[in-house]
Amino acid sequence: MPRVPGTRTGRNAELGLLALAMIIVAAYGATVEANQFDKLTPTFWVPAALLSVLFLALHLVVRFTALHADPVLIPTVALINGLGVGFLRRLDLAKSIAEKQPEPGIFAGVGGRQLAWTLVALVLAAVLLLVVRDHKAVSRYAYTLGLVGIVLVMIPAVLPGRFSEINGAKLWIKIGGFSIQPGEFAKLALVSFFAYYLVRKREVLSLASRRVLGIDFPRGRDLGPVITVWLLSLLVLVFEKDLGTALLYFGLFVVTLYVATERVSWLLIGLVMFFGGVYVAYLLGASVGGPFANFYDRATVWLHPFDAENYNRIGGSYQLVQGLLGLGTGGLFGTGPGAGSPGFVPEVRNDFIFAGMGEEIGLFGLSALLVCYLLIVERGLRAALGVRDSFGKLVAGGLAFTLGLQVFVILGGITGLIPLTGQTTPFLSSGGSSLMANWLLIAMLLRISDAGRRPAAAGPAAQPGGPKQPPAQLHGAMTEVIKP
Amino acid sequence: MNAPLRKAGVVILVLFGLLFANLNWVQGYKADAYRTSDYNGRVTVAEYEVPRGVVEADGQALAQNKLTDDTLKYLRQYPEKQVYAPIVGYKPVNIAEVGIERTENEFLSGASDKLFADRVSAMFTGDKAGGGNVVLSIKTKAQETAWKQLTNNQGGAKKGSAIAIDPRTGAIQAMASFPSYDPNPLASHDVKAAAAAYNELNKDKDKPLLNRALSETYPPGSTFKVIISAAALQNGYTQTSEIKAGTSYTAPGSGAPIRNSEDQTCPGAVVTLKEALTDSCNTGYAQLGVALGGDKVKKAARDWGFEQDDLTVGNLEGSGLPVAASRTGEIKNPDGSTDQAGLAQSSIGQKDVRMTTLEGALIAATVANGGRQMRPYLVQQLLSPDRRPIYNAAPQTLRTPVNGEVAGDLREMMVSVVENGTGRRAKISGFEVGGKTGTAQNATGADNHGWFIGFAFNDKGEAVSAACVMLENVPGDHPSAEAARIAGLIMKAAAGRGGD
Repeated sequence: MPRVPGTRTGRNAELGLLALAMIIVAAYGATVEANQFDKLTPTFWVPAALLSVLFLALHLVVRFTALHADPVLIPTVALINGLGVGFLRRLDLAKSIAEKQPEPGIFAGVGGRQLAWTLVALVLAAVLLLVVRDHKAVSRYAYTLGLVGIVLVMIPAVLPGRFSEINGAKLWIKIGGFSIQPGEFAKLALVSFFAYYLVRKREVLSLASRRVLGIDFPRGRDLGPVITVWLLSLLVLVFEKDLGTALLYFGLFVVTLYVATERVSWLLIGLVMFFGGVYVAYLLGASVGGPFANFYDRATVWLHPFDAENYNRIGGSYQLVQGLLGLGTGGLFGTGPGAGSPGFVPEVRNDFIFAGMGEEIGLFGLSALLVCYLLIVERGLRAALGVRDSFGKLVAGGLAFTLGLQVFVILGGITGLIPLTGQTTPFLSSGGSSLMANWLLIAMLLRISDAGRRPAAAGPAAQPGGPKQPPAQLHGAMTEVIKP
Repeated sequence: MNAPLRKAGVVILVLFGLLFANLNWVQGYKADAYRTSDYNGRVTVAEYEVPRGVVEADGQALAQNKLTDDTLKYLRQYPEKQVYAPIVGYKPVNIAEVGIERTENEFLSGASDKLFADRVSAMFTGDKAGGGNVVLSIKTKAQETAWKQLTNNQGGAKKGSAIAIDPRTGAIQAMASFPSYDPNPLASHDVKAAAAAYNELNKDKDKPLLNRALSETYPPGSTFKVIISAAALQNGYTQTSEIKAGTSYTAPGSGAPIRNSEDQTCPGAVVTLKEALTDSCNTGYAQLGVALGGDKVKKAARDWGFEQDDLTVGNLEGSGLPVAASRTGEIKNPDGSTDQAGLAQSSIGQKDVRMTTLEGALIAATVANGGRQMRPYLVQQLLSPDRRPIYNAAPQTLRTPVNGEVAGDLREMMVSVVENGTGRRAKISGFEVGGKTGTAQNATGADNHGWFIGFAFNDKGEAVSAACVMLENVPGDHPSAEAARIAGLIMKAAAGRGGD
């Protein structure tokens, strides 16, 4: 892609920030070893160096395929991803010391596997950048993606528990020793589908209305898709036993709907429907039990985690409490990387990685991590603001918002702010599904931000001989007109 | 679409703000509570990271530590198992300690202020300061004798307790409770196994977890006559004063007639006070009590330590194992006048009179110590981790119920009990032994309890030991005789003469 003279692409800033991130990751790894072994091994820098090479490669791909993409995204995500690898490797080191085994190899253990998954995820992200040169091309496959998304969401719900259930949440497909979380990919597919659908329907949904109490409410017949998604997410809540995923899908839909229509009423309807549904599920869980019992259980555990009864019950508040105690033990400054006891925190590799890290890096470290996540989300929204076509706006906005919501759901869960649900912490938790899906999400944001930030002179529309396209128009997708 | 996108950004900002605020709550405000929470395994790991102090007696470790490969570094062990369990107790993982392990927990764990200097110096040397050591006043020979004789008692009793005290200091030389328990499973690092072991012991109908020497009270029977004798001696009676006796006595008012345990006991109309104690004359003491009046009887009992409900046995400057209050009970009619029949019964240690084994030993010790009752204690010495003495027990007088003269009379009368009367089996060669037996009726249909309270003087005239043995529901004819025999053996061992 040709560079327009006199414009800043931000690529050099990206490279500098990336170097800074990798220095932090290397320093983290060194501190871990110093605390664990009381000395540095000669190979402490290897994981950080490998990660640097990987991210540098992605940086080069971006230079060639998305020259004007947002320069903050990759370094910020790389920092979180690198710290995740470092923390998982720290768990491996502690294990090897406890079992008097030699230090695990670079690709051995959970940390090593995470490093390998990072490689795979970055390759996928690069492939997406190389293949999808224009994000609007995705809308061609919107219905396919929608179908794929719904199927991915539903698979764990219909699979028998032994193929899909981990820690009481049916979010997985387990085959042999291998498990994937289809929901992670589903959110990408669903965002694309919602964006396409809403661009087509936005006129209908935003203009036809009835005014009640100063707020415009949509017509009854236009509520169909909202109710469908609402039912779908409640089904997820009940059959996959997971409030977080339900909240994620529904929040994703309501927000894209709101962004598309610019109508506050959709937000209100969405919030009332969701929390009403959740409250009814809670009441049903208390009285009827059955499929609602699990949700009721989680809610009671959330409300009274330190009750001895809840604590000692199988599937009770043990995990939540141990996570909180880990965070509390860390306090403001933490015990230092490698000096805590994350072994006390259950599921510290997955759902509770934030609590495990929190013990060691303290409130200050976690706040910095939170700011990093916030930065990614706000940069994503900024890409949505910058891009000119509606589809791009909705996709970028939806993806960024979903990422933020997912961070909120899992971190809120383990810190006791909301009922705990089994979400992965993006870029931190061990596991390939989450890492791959979220790097694909970042690649999509990079692609869209590139479109938005590209100077008009370099845009495909202005290129001589290029195909003429109205900027906010979609391929073959006519905006539906109002039928009053 | 840009306006709602910006608003979505604000929503995310608010959500992250909530996360941040909540993190401040968890890691800032609640941090200390979470750091020290009972649920926080890190607290336990840190606690077990340093060796806890040793509990010992006569140079023998009663509670010690074993280095393990567990997450919890040191395992607490009790090599003497049942013998010392009622004293030493145990230190379980995560829940409250029991016994000396509880009362001296701060010192044993190393957290005590008394060990502040040791912690500071450990900080400079880079070592981890361990806990301080607790040296008990227990004589291991006496303790072993007490345990062995209780568990193998010839009376066929299934439960019982024994205490020996140095009358001059109050140092407890032996304290056994039977049945007892093995504390080792309760200190297991496997919390579930420990809880299961505890539940089993707790369900046992024989209540092995109970320290019967301190926390149970029983009708004292004739041992209570020592206190009535003291009241009489303080109110103008002498050893040779003649008191009314006879084969049967019915108190004014109502009630069943009081008889002696055998027909040949004090059948005459009168008997001297000394003879009455020697032969344990029920009719004599019942009438003596009635003659003295309820107030004097109750006051005398209180003077000797009855009714005290806040006594602890452990460290003279700190906490200790709680001792149940011994009681004389209400001796009044509903209209407020003295219940004469009840007073007659109470004067021979029946009706509502209740006494601990410790109180029995204290009575005998007080007589032997010339009327001065020393406060009983278990902790002789506290040693720093490097075995520097930090505390030595300084004996304290608890109360002085009688003067030396009355105490001397009581001593002569009690020696007569062992020389010529019901306590002959407590005799030990080379010592002057005095005491008083007791056979106490309890529940209807149940076998009587057997008591013996006594003391021993060595050939230099030093009061070397006082003891009380209590056997619950002894099936045989002479429950107190077996108690007397065991008490003699314990006192002999406490005086350093042979173990068995």
